[in-house]
Amino acid sequence: MQLGFLVDLHLCMGCKGCEIACKVENEVPLSTWRLRVKYVDVGTFPETKRTFTPLRCNHCENAPCERICPVSALHYLDNGIVNIDKERCIGCAGCVMACPYGAIYIDPQTQTADKCTYCAHRVASSMMPACVVACPVQANIFGDLDDPTSNISKYIQVNQSDVQVRKPEKGTNPHHYYVGGGNVSLNPLASQRIDGYSLFGKITTLPVGGHH
Amino acid sequence: MAAHEILAATNAVVTLDVAIPGIVWPWLVTVNMWAKSIGTGIIFMLFMLQRTHPDSVKNMRLTTAIVAFVFINIFLLFTLADLHQPFRMWHIFVYPHWTSAIAVGSFMASAFLGLLAFLILLAWQKKDDTFDKVLLWTTLLAIPVTLYTAALMAQCTARELWQMPTESAQMMLAALLAGSAFMILVGGNKLSYEAKKSLGVVLGLSALMAFIIYMSEYVFGPMKAEEVAAVMEYIKGDGEYRIMFWLGQWIAYLLPMLFILLSRSSKSESILKLAAVLALVGLAIVKHVWLIIPQLLPMS
Repeated sequence: MQLGFLVDLHLCMGCKGCEIACKVENEVPLSTWRLRVKYVDVGTFPETKRTFTPLRCNHCENAPCERICPVSALHYLDNGIVNIDKERCIGCAGCVMACPYGAIYIDPQTQTADKCTYCAHRVASSMMPACVVACPVQANIFGDLDDPTSNISKYIQVNQSDVQVRKPEKGTNPHHYYVGGGNVSLNPLASQRIDGYSLFGKITTLPVGGHH
Repeated sequence: MAAHEILAATNAVVTLDVAIPGIVWPWLVTVNMWAKSIGTGIIFMLFMLQRTHPDSVKNMRLTTAIVAFVFINIFLLFTLADLHQPFRMWHIFVYPHWTSAIAVGSFMASAFLGLLAFLILLAWQKKDDTFDKVLLWTTLLAIPVTLYTAALMAQCTARELWQMPTESAQMMLAALLAGSAFMILVGGNKLSYEAKKSLGVVLGLSALMAFIIYMSEYVFGPMKAEEVAAVMEYIKGDGEYRIMFWLGQWIAYLLPMLFILLSRSSKSESILKLAAVLALVGLAIVKHVWLIIPQLLPMS
């Protein structure tokens, strides 16, 4: 079994229900996110549109975070999930530096690395991840990539020409796919980040959770 | 930021995302790399001088071993200080993950420190023959100890700027530069002028090679990768890192090269020492800029 995620960006309406569900389910501290929805505004008024892109750990088959972790705190589960053992983590932040998707953060409460685990604890009880359950339009599709009859496998088959991953050039082989994505939504270098253009305050920097 | 890739027709602006997570590896890591360069580099220099100027360095064994021991301890101290959970450092030795450069490096650095302590003991007891035999193995181990930080940076898939062949060359050159500079400074009257001249050659050539590599990256790096181009904007555009980058290049490489040439023509040890001091100060600036700029780029 190799679990994977697919987000149909045609369906996502940016409600952030997945974000909130993730926060509640995993007790993610303030100022940190395991999953967030990025908004990018495209075009010039009046020809404008807004894109919504849920971003989370990509659970790469060739995960740089797992490779760089000196104590195997980041490790693969048999079902393909890249999991984290916070009790073992020494907080070197190597994984934060290695992840090309910016999906790992230092938890300010535990001073250890943390990230999306595809709700491994729920999956172990045969439940869907919290974000999948919360999505009102079923834009999040989760399942076994090894099973050709699973929803995610069928979705990938049907939308073959439109299935993308983030930063494929990094060679990480993400188990997280997007349908309906474009350069603007998936490539961070394709959009500007201008102070004052953020919906809820300035897009600026946060001090890393910790002692620095 | 990264505006070079944005087409006017697209005019895409991020209007909601999480904040960029600040600097993850801060100045503590700069000090870590700088101290390690001195700690391993001075061992390289002792090894070299033993073969080229054996009479000159016979009184340098204890001093060199102590300097290396102190700086490797500084390196380890700052490595520890940079951990968010420093009291779990022992996990590396109990649960090592051998694909990680951090784990491999920790074992090598610990072994290196042990050998340095042994060298101090041997030098103290004036067992010169044994010292020289152990120094050979210490020098060999100093090579991977120098290089493992480059491997660690190369394992950071997110930071395209840090490529392994380049970083390994830069780490080795930094060690040669810092080692020769520090040996010039601590050599005092114990080292002959000829030995110091040799150290000056190592310092000058290391500076030249490192400068060439940085300039090559500066000019050609952006032609190969979009991400490198975006990172380079932090030193090509306006801002503090542009100033720091060029300040570092001048202080670490260009001025020391110039002063070494002057010291050779005027046979002035003072100018040579000035070159050494500048190289050590500049190296810290250069390393810091190169450490920080890839961390300024948004990953999402």
